[in-house]
Amino acid sequence: MLTKRLIACFDIIGGRVTKAVKFEDNIDVAPADELADTMYKDRIDELVFYDITASSERRQIDIETVKRVAKRVFIPFTVGGGIKNLDDMYEALKAGAEKISVDSMAVRNPQIIADGAKAFGSQCVVLSTQVKRVGVSEQIPSGFEVFIDGARVATGMDALEWIKRGAGLGAGEVCVNSIDNDGTLSGYDLELMKLAEAAVSVPLIASGGAGTPEHLKALFKETEAQAAIISSMLYSPRMPKNYTVRELKKYLADNGVPVRHA
Amino acid sequence: MADIRIIDYKAGNAPSVMHAVDHLGCEAAFARTAGDLSGASHIILPGVGSARATMKSLAQMGMTEALTEAVLRKKTLFLGICVGMQILFEHSEEGNTHCLGWLAGKVVKFDAAKVRVPQMGWNRVWFAENVFGKVPDDCFYFVNSYHAKPKDRADIWGTASYGAEFTAAIHRDNIYATQFHVEKSGEAGLGLLKRFLDLRTGGQ
Repeated sequence: MLTKRLIACFDIIGGRVTKAVKFEDNIDVAPADELADTMYKDRIDELVFYDITASSERRQIDIETVKRVAKRVFIPFTVGGGIKNLDDMYEALKAGAEKISVDSMAVRNPQIIADGAKAFGSQCVVLSTQVKRVGVSEQIPSGFEVFIDGARVATGMDALEWIKRGAGLGAGEVCVNSIDNDGTLSGYDLELMKLAEAAVSVPLIASGGAGTPEHLKALFKETEAQAAIISSMLYSPRMPKNYTVRELKKYLADNGVPVRHA
Repeated sequence: MADIRIIDYKAGNAPSVMHAVDHLGCEAAFARTAGDLSGASHIILPGVGSARATMKSLAQMGMTEALTEAVLRKKTLFLGICVGMQILFEHSEEGNTHCLGWLAGKVVKFDAAKVRVPQMGWNRVWFAENVFGKVPDDCFYFVNSYHAKPKDRADIWGTASYGAEFTAAIHRDNIYATQFHVEKSGEAGLGLLKRFLDLRTGGQ
């Protein structure tokens, strides 16, 4: 039986993990490869790195950091940020990443999803998207809209339509981040995740809002999401308590959620 | 002294396999031509992408014959990973591809009406006893839409369940193969890779 995945998410600036609230006010946490190694030894299932300033600084993704991480952790990891074309994807894969996450760039140029899937396989392309509740309208029938560029710019696109289209173009996984819940530590947007999971047949990764083990349990019990992005609860110095991966998995297993290494 | 070669084609994830072999304290070289396979004690064929693309890459590198010679006749120890396992069979539904045919059987797609395709994540594998003894049952990392159906059940080394039972690992003589990614399966995967690298002769 396939287990539910816990994915630790790192926002990277200059090779170091940082932590923001609502996409702002980043504080420094640790060097990326060191924190990755700590999480690996604690038996995280997967890692994702976002080079959060690559796009705005119009530069390529931080390949040296990707390489350093690849030498230390032997679980899948995804990189995103600053990916503009197939060459960028190939560089990141060659450096040891398993998958590439595309977000704002895919909204501007959806063909990058199809091209990436054709060149490297669907399993290498994760469509990541930032979603906000905006109310139901003719243009946004689900009431959930896609935002880009650090969740600052509205696109006028319906989130469910977008992930369906992305999966159709060849994305092997879809990661949906709730802008409303991100950084609030109030739990995942379960309504959004249920709608997203029903909209696509590829695996859904839920993101935004995890603050306690109960939030993970609610996600996996009440939706079909296959994986959960967690970050603050693992390592943010702003949190009153950080959880180990082992603690989280033990709690999930005790509550009937299938996980690796409980 | 082991002489390990990792076949490197552009769509594959040879660098990740190299990192894992390095981490285990072994030395390996990439093989990109038929000549690069000569003298190898262990050959690893990583796999990412499609069966058709992998077969095409091997042909373009002029490696198909040399690989078959090394593995089937010289009995060089061989480990195929993911698509590197699938192409050992006669045929794959993926792109209706004619494969190497070292093992009897075919490769078919998961039933998308029953399970999400691709299978992506950690799944528990049950192993049969073989030259390694009993490998502990553990979770390994899978990414696959297709899976092998060996004609000879004696070739099946490990099984897992996704909608229904499927073949997760193969062993026949000097040929080992895993549908999961040993190089991305944490300590369980590294442990299995080490057992393979520690083998000294094929054909047992």
